Amino acid sequence: MNRVVITGMGIYSVLGTNLNTVADSLFKGKSGIGIDENRANFGFRSKLTGIIEKPDIKNLLSRRMRIGMPEQAEYAYLATIEAFKNAKVDQDYLDKNIVGILYGNDSSASAVIEGWEIMKEKKDTSLIGSGSIFKSMNSTVTMNLSVIFKLKGINFTISGACASGSHAIGIAYLLIQQGLQDMIVVGGAQEINAESMGSFDGLSAFSVRENEPQKASRPFDRDRDGLIPGGGAATLILESYENAVKRGANILAEVVGYGFSSNGEHISNPNVEGPTRSLELALKNANLKSSDIDYVNAHATSTLVGDDNEAQSLFNVFGSKTPVSSTKSMTGHEMWMGGASEIIYSILMAQNNFVAPNINFENPDEFSSKINIIPITKEMKMKTFLSNSFGFGGTNSSLIVKML
Amino acid sequence: MEKQVIIEKINKFLIEEIEIEESDISPEASLSKDLGIDSLDFVDIVVIVEKTFGFKIKGEDMKDIKTLEMFYDYVEQKVNQN
Repeated sequence: MNRVVITGMGIYSVLGTNLNTVADSLFKGKSGIGIDENRANFGFRSKLTGIIEKPDIKNLLSRRMRIGMPEQAEYAYLATIEAFKNAKVDQDYLDKNIVGILYGNDSSASAVIEGWEIMKEKKDTSLIGSGSIFKSMNSTVTMNLSVIFKLKGINFTISGACASGSHAIGIAYLLIQQGLQDMIVVGGAQEINAESMGSFDGLSAFSVRENEPQKASRPFDRDRDGLIPGGGAATLILESYENAVKRGANILAEVVGYGFSSNGEHISNPNVEGPTRSLELALKNANLKSSDIDYVNAHATSTLVGDDNEAQSLFNVFGSKTPVSSTKSMTGHEMWMGGASEIIYSILMAQNNFVAPNINFENPDEFSSKINIIPITKEMKMKTFLSNSFGFGGTNSSLIVKML
Repeated sequence: MEKQVIIEKINKFLIEEIEIEESDISPEASLSKDLGIDSLDFVDIVVIVEKTFGFKIKGEDMKDIKTLEMFYDYVEQKVNQN
């Protein structure tokens, strides 16, 4: 079977809109969380959200290319440009080779709502315009990017709730391992708008610590009170080791393990057994022992039950020594994007010899006290890390990446 | 509405919203071959014309409209018959 390597990365997130800025934010433990006052007008329980710089792509793409792109596709486009540059893949390479795309995305709310508003007012669907359908489908990112970059390989979107980005990498890893594709653009994208988040806010899942936005996301901390939605996009270039060597690419890291599972229980409440099985399968797939893992990038989103259960899973598999942090303490919950962005965050840490802090971890609770959570930036060498992503419906994904 | 005003409004939205090069715009220009307007662009032109001139273009009306001049004439006729 082929070895699968990562040769490029690009990021557009609340921690910065390129790799260097994001690495700096991670090292400094900078929060990307703020307040969207507009949410008060719509009855949101929490106005907390990740704050992202709105992109301007007018000078980069034609109207026809832009008109079907919702915000998360714009983030994904910019992240993908950076990833291709990072991987030294140009349009000529894409034109002459079969390159695929698998991206995690699980919603695209604004266009549906805007279209419906026009239908209510005009009673005429032909006045919605041509872009709405392409903006509103879950596959919006893959359909737009495959056209923009003229990709000719595998092309679809993976919707696996908050594990979408992680599963996208896992499935691409399997396809390249099998020799079905030489190179696949993978990633995850997440919209940041009130329209997409109202129903989630309605579950009382979000933190209401509005007086201290940057302290509101506090995974594993005793006083956490819910997650904060974030977003953006993250792209990685995955290819076979052989392909990377053949084209003289700079190999950043190798994907060595993918584990997955389904809880088979509650639609929103996580459990301990499902994530544990996902972790164990990833280790088995990588042929590694838990002691081989230098760092765990936890899924922990700052919810009461989720963090408790993950801490128990991590303790069961890794014991109390392996360094653990949740970068969601800085980014908020990047949902469909998180499984991909957190691989990039972890690689940036490994490249720069540090573990990013789980900020706002001030007091442990019964379960988080048993694992080694890193509350302030820790300088250390890291070779192999594991990243967890869990989602609604009990979908779990774990990836293991080794630096080369 | 004066025909010249209608022409200016149409040219303005073709340049600003459909992003057609100003230098490509001439009365004899073919909508598809010279201006590159495809079926999806036409969906957006229907929306813009409704906002700009207050009437809805019918698909069947457009079948025989090949040039920009013919489109100006069609819009003028629709606007001034109302």
